[in-house]
Amino acid sequence: MDNKYRINHLRELESESIYVIREVVAQFENPCMLFSGGKDSIIMFHLARKAFWPARVPFSLMHIDTGHNFQETIDFRDNLMKETETKLIVRYVQDSIDQGKVVDETGVNSSRNILQTTTLLDGIEALKFDCAMGGGRRDEEKARAKERFFSHRDEFGQWDPKNQRPELWNIFNGRKHMGEHFRVFPISNWTEMDVWQYILLENIPIPNLYFSHEREVVDRDGTILAAGEYVTLKEDEIPVKKIIRFRTIGDMTCTGAIESTANTLEEIIEEVASTRITERGGRYDDKRSEAAMEDRKKEGYF
Amino acid sequence: MSEEYNRGYLDMELLRFTTAGSVDDGKSTLIGRLLYDSKAIFEDQMEAIEKASLKTGNGEVNLALLTDGLRAEREQGITIDVAYRYFATPKRKFIIADTPGHIQYTRNMVTGASTANVALILIDVRNGVIEQTLRHSYIASLLQIPHIIVCINKMDLVDYKEEVFENIKSDFDRISTKLDVHDIRFVPISAKLGDNVVDRSTNMDWYDGPTLMYLLENIHIASDINHNDTRFPVQHVIRPMKEEYHDYRGYAGRIEGGIFHVGDKVKVLPSGLSSKIKSIDVFEGHLEEAFAPQSVTLSLEDDIDISRGNLIIKDNGLPRSSQDIEMMICWFDEKPMMLGGKYTIKHTTNDLRCVIRDVKYKIDVNTLDHDKEDKKIGLNDIAKISVKTTKPLYFDSYIKNRNTGSIILIDEATNNTVAAGMII
Repeated sequence: MDNKYRINHLRELESESIYVIREVVAQFENPCMLFSGGKDSIIMFHLARKAFWPARVPFSLMHIDTGHNFQETIDFRDNLMKETETKLIVRYVQDSIDQGKVVDETGVNSSRNILQTTTLLDGIEALKFDCAMGGGRRDEEKARAKERFFSHRDEFGQWDPKNQRPELWNIFNGRKHMGEHFRVFPISNWTEMDVWQYILLENIPIPNLYFSHEREVVDRDGTILAAGEYVTLKEDEIPVKKIIRFRTIGDMTCTGAIESTANTLEEIIEEVASTRITERGGRYDDKRSEAAMEDRKKEGYF
Repeated sequence: MSEEYNRGYLDMELLRFTTAGSVDDGKSTLIGRLLYDSKAIFEDQMEAIEKASLKTGNGEVNLALLTDGLRAEREQGITIDVAYRYFATPKRKFIIADTPGHIQYTRNMVTGASTANVALILIDVRNGVIEQTLRHSYIASLLQIPHIIVCINKMDLVDYKEEVFENIKSDFDRISTKLDVHDIRFVPISAKLGDNVVDRSTNMDWYDGPTLMYLLENIHIASDINHNDTRFPVQHVIRPMKEEYHDYRGYAGRIEGGIFHVGDKVKVLPSGLSSKIKSIDVFEGHLEEAFAPQSVTLSLEDDIDISRGNLIIKDNGLPRSSQDIEMMICWFDEKPMMLGGKYTIKHTTNDLRCVIRDVKYKIDVNTLDHDKEDKKIGLNDIAKISVKTTKPLYFDSYIKNRNTGSIILIDEATNNTVAAGMII
């Protein structure tokens, strides 16, 4: 690596993402950034701060809150917003349920994951957002591998994977008709490993849930779930204490933990390098069928 | 920023490569092999593929299912769209743009090739250089992919004979004289058995060249970027509205060519006004110099009117400027191109309108013959055309700079991206 005028892979990805985020602000009138409190949205927000520095991030963040979040995530989120003087909009899945737009699933495997789509689309419509940036990555899942940076959504918020606009070089076409919107994925080209390396390189704070800790959990069909108030236990399930950490953070009802003693970013990176299961392998929501993600995305999911 | 370049795994180079082909060439097997041998395929993905392979019932584990992500693709057993795949070795991080190889998907191949540093061309050793080989090579040269690696695959089926490899190599050399490619390498491989993919083959002692993985890890790509002609298309103007940055105006963008230093004399196009770089700002602080492809914010000594779409350059190596522009295009839309029709043209951070003036010729991608009579340009056609823009554009030829020499055309009624263009 002798050439003085070259940048490493993380800086190249960073530069690409910053370019995409700036394009969003230039091409759309009222964009927002979706924020869940997970590591991907944390680095996406970090990149947005870099993109407009020394100005503030010129758009709102929106969190679609299922009401089944880990308290640690919510606390982390509120702290970060306060520190960075950023406006956060929270839309609640509970409101969609109360309005009778969606029905809460019941039973042991129930989840509010799919319900989020309705709340998200309602939020986009009500607040007149013409673009919502998301932290989706192409390496996460096979349907996501086909996703564009600038992803067009029709007036029903739907994705048509077979009829996507070609995307070449760094020219992004954000043109749309009234009522349509875009989903933009600035960190499309990042892998799980890149995200962790970047968090280490940039020393970005993340929720403690990502680090090893002791927690009461249940093992359900190979997925380790936190035994919290939103997880309905089966009759024969008895919570046990384990040393675990989370690789992804979503709803308590569907986010699987892994047994791990990784306590530092370096240890996490080592663990990610040697692990043989994908990140979403622990996500109960993806296990529903082979095309679970594609189907949800077509409807308007993140 | 310099200390991070000694931090081992945090300091890797990013290489983007494209592959084109159908299941029959062994393209998916090759990608599967690269992913598998570099441990980028996970157990749960493998299990899912095994399960899905059982369903389609051909007995063998079908690695193509890894890349064919859409339900329609899996059902029909074909690749429709560009799929992006990722893997890393201790030396480099790789992004594969995996595209279908059939002629009806020329537009997807063009899309995948647009950002690639390297093109992998697969040849089935039993078929040799065929129409498809020429087509894929032509697209690689049209999109100016700097390096081509020709993998002559299925060597196991010809008893690893040197003679067969050498014959195909000279056939390819013959067609490549028609193409504008500068760096071509040949590797005899068996994707299925792994010969010369990641590990050296013990079946081909006559071959003393590198393995495919060695090439991918070591091909020199740092000098592919144009570091001579400075190009900074302004993306967005930053005005902080904060007390401590009261008079700050910064021009945000990505450097698309050359190197900028604090104190450099610069010129803004189209106004032609001059100033000096006061500071190069990033979140961490200030830089003394910045270069392509960094995203930075420039502030200037003088308060001059600059907005999105303007181009900041240094005085040497000026871009071209014209309203009449000739380019090679690939047409993407079901609706044919309208001669005399008006389209939106997007070039760097500029949106203008243009009218299609003329079709100079159309290319037969199977023979590379020029057809000067046929002016009908439809889906997947490649042609040389001329357009007239409403205002002068500041550009480079695509050969000189891929980012300031490329455009897309947008249909104003449907908003679809209908063509990609490489300025001549």
